Amino acid sequence: MNIAVCVKQIPDPAAPGRLDPNTFNLVREGKLVMDDSDSYGVEMALQLVDRAGGGEVTLISMAPNGETSGLRTALAMGAAKAVLVSDPALGGSDALSTAKVLAAAILRNPFDMVITATESTDGYTGTVPVQIAEILGLPAVSFAKKVTLDGNKAMIERQSESGYDEVACELPAVVSVTAGVVEPRYPSFKGIMAAKSKPIETLSLSDLGLSADQVGAAGAREAIVSLRKAEARQAGQIIEDDGEAFAKIIEYLEQLKVV
Amino acid sequence: MSGSIWVLIEDQEGIASTTSLELLSAAHHFASEVVGVAFSKDGERLAKSLEPYGLTRLYNVEAERSSLPGVVLSAAMADLVKGSAEPPRAILCAQSYTGRDTLARLSVKLDLPVLTNVVNLFEQDGELMAEHAIFGGEEIVTSNFTHQGVRLFGVRAKSFAVEESDARQVAVESVKVEGLGAIDGAKVVASYSEERSGPKLDEAAVVVSGGRGLGQPENYAMVEELAKLLNAAPGASRAIVDAGWVPYAYQVGQTGKTVKPNLYIAVGISGATQHMVGMKGSKNIVAINKDKDAPIFQIADLGVVGDAHKVLPKLIDALKQR
Ligand SMILES: Cc1cc2nc3c(=O)[nH]c(=O)nc-3n(C[C@H](O)[C@H](O)[C@H](O)COP(=O)(O)OP(=O)(O)OC[C@H]3O[C@@H](n4cnc5c(N)ncnc54)[C@H](O)[C@@H]3O)c2cc1C
Ligand SMILES: Nc1ncnc2c1ncn2[C@@H]1O[C@H](COP(=O)(O)O)[C@@H](O)[C@H]1O
Repeated sequence: MNIAVCVKQIPDPAAPGRLDPNTFNLVREGKLVMDDSDSYGVEMALQLVDRAGGGEVTLISMAPNGETSGLRTALAMGAAKAVLVSDPALGGSDALSTAKVLAAAILRNPFDMVITATESTDGYTGTVPVQIAEILGLPAVSFAKKVTLDGNKAMIERQSESGYDEVACELPAVVSVTAGVVEPRYPSFKGIMAAKSKPIETLSLSDLGLSADQVGAAGAREAIVSLRKAEARQAGQIIEDDGEAFAKIIEYLEQLKVV
Repeated sequence: MSGSIWVLIEDQEGIASTTSLELLSAAHHFASEVVGVAFSKDGERLAKSLEPYGLTRLYNVEAERSSLPGVVLSAAMADLVKGSAEPPRAILCAQSYTGRDTLARLSVKLDLPVLTNVVNLFEQDGELMAEHAIFGGEEIVTSNFTHQGVRLFGVRAKSFAVEESDARQVAVESVKVEGLGAIDGAKVVASYSEERSGPKLDEAAVVVSGGRGLGQPENYAMVEELAKLLNAAPGASRAIVDAGWVPYAYQVGQTGKTVKPNLYIAVGISGATQHMVGMKGSKNIVAINKDKDAPIFQIADLGVVGDAHKVLPKLIDALKQR
């Protein structure tokens, strides 16, 4: 069982985000970290490979600036190796270009399954995983909350509007997993040390046979034209509970005619 | 106003989902003709439910029922677009499970980009402009397309009001998709519902949501009790959905439901940007949190700095005595 896991490296989500006022691209200064949402996919993949009794987990990432620190975190969790696509021309890539790049990178190694998160923390289009599947001509099960293997099929519980569906899926396939699907492990000290010497293959666009006009801002064919502050909601009254706050809430409910 | 717009109609137990109706209502502002595309067991019944909304035609896709809807809908839409002398100006899908899957596959089939998480559309110099909220709804970005093809939009629920249009009969046209090959290798073998009785989360006039500040799964019972007393729907932050306290169907926020009730009560919820995008549109907001610096207080009309375990029991008791 070989699994490719897409791992996005993003600016620290705790730091306030900012768009460049000229290009409207997300400012990506400083160190990037592994998107927390992807830690679930890494863990899921490690467990599936473990249960299958063989194979390995390969990380796939695209980042404009050669960043590897987020990949090192996932390697420390136990992934075997990583493929990083890095090229200045990738700045401003939209979801479709991203999917084209990731799909080409995934094809470098044999795989039975591709795992992604349902959506990235900074981009959250939620379309990249299924775009990858369509490019590769594969089935996809998005929003998986439980994944098990049954011969050459994956049995997946997929979230639905009202509950969940049980889906039987032929392999190879693309699966996007929700947070909470598994509890991601913390990298051990041994894992962190081992990660330092694990291979990260860094590729440029031309290594993948893609040209610069297919990706990045040039290939996006969509543009941000303006940016404005949303109407701020005014904060209202704040009270400290002195044991009687419940009465204030009831008063407010009466005012709204909720009670 | 020229050209048609196609809308993905999601069939929920035989009738169109509320979000589909929102998209139909929006489409009328930008198109001379609005067409629906659905994957329904009973296209005629679905069409009947759509009569008040002014669409001329409903393409209903015929395929194996166990196929994932996104696979067959995207295949049908791509065939229809490619085979059409006058392709639609735009295709609107909800930012739902089926909507996202459909848009993702369609964008590859047509080699066209998608604008996602759209919360508003308007027209400028004949071009469709899309707004979406970033940084937890603090800023609004306006984008458009720079290509010549069909505009593909993923629209968030509750972005548009449902408006009836000129009522008319809806002609149903069957569209067959066959021989999909490997992409159709995922099949639904069973469906389970986790919804409970009471008002629906995204339709309720009052929503009471609980978060990690409740401390323990058992304490969610207080949220449910309060909800019951107020004829409200119980909701949740993702933290307690991920922790398995309540089913995913309860989740409010970016990856959960968007709610716009008359009153939203947040208990033990910090107010992360991803939670706030799903409830910021509520008319009135009450927050109970023991941390006076919790971000949720920045948008609350009434903020109570206090311990949920002290405030809720008293509130529930007082309401019971009324
Ligand atoms: C891509 C992505 C998508 C996401 N989508 C969603 C989404 O759809 N919905 C969502 O909710 N989140 C979402 N999140 C998660 C979000 O970032 C937060 O982690 C989550 O909302 C936090 O939930 P919480 O407020 O319950 O928990 P916490 O942030 O842990 O907050 C708990 C709060 O309870 C308070 N508290 C503690 N004890 C008490 C007490 N006794 N009485 C009163 N108050 C108390 C604390 O002061 C604190 O403010 C998403 C995250 C990502 C990365
Ligand atoms: N640049 C990237 N590198 C690696 N994985 C990515 C990248 N962009 C998106 N993904 C994967 O696709 C998922 C969905 O991304 P998005 O469609 O941007 O919400 C992410 O959570 C990742 O698992």
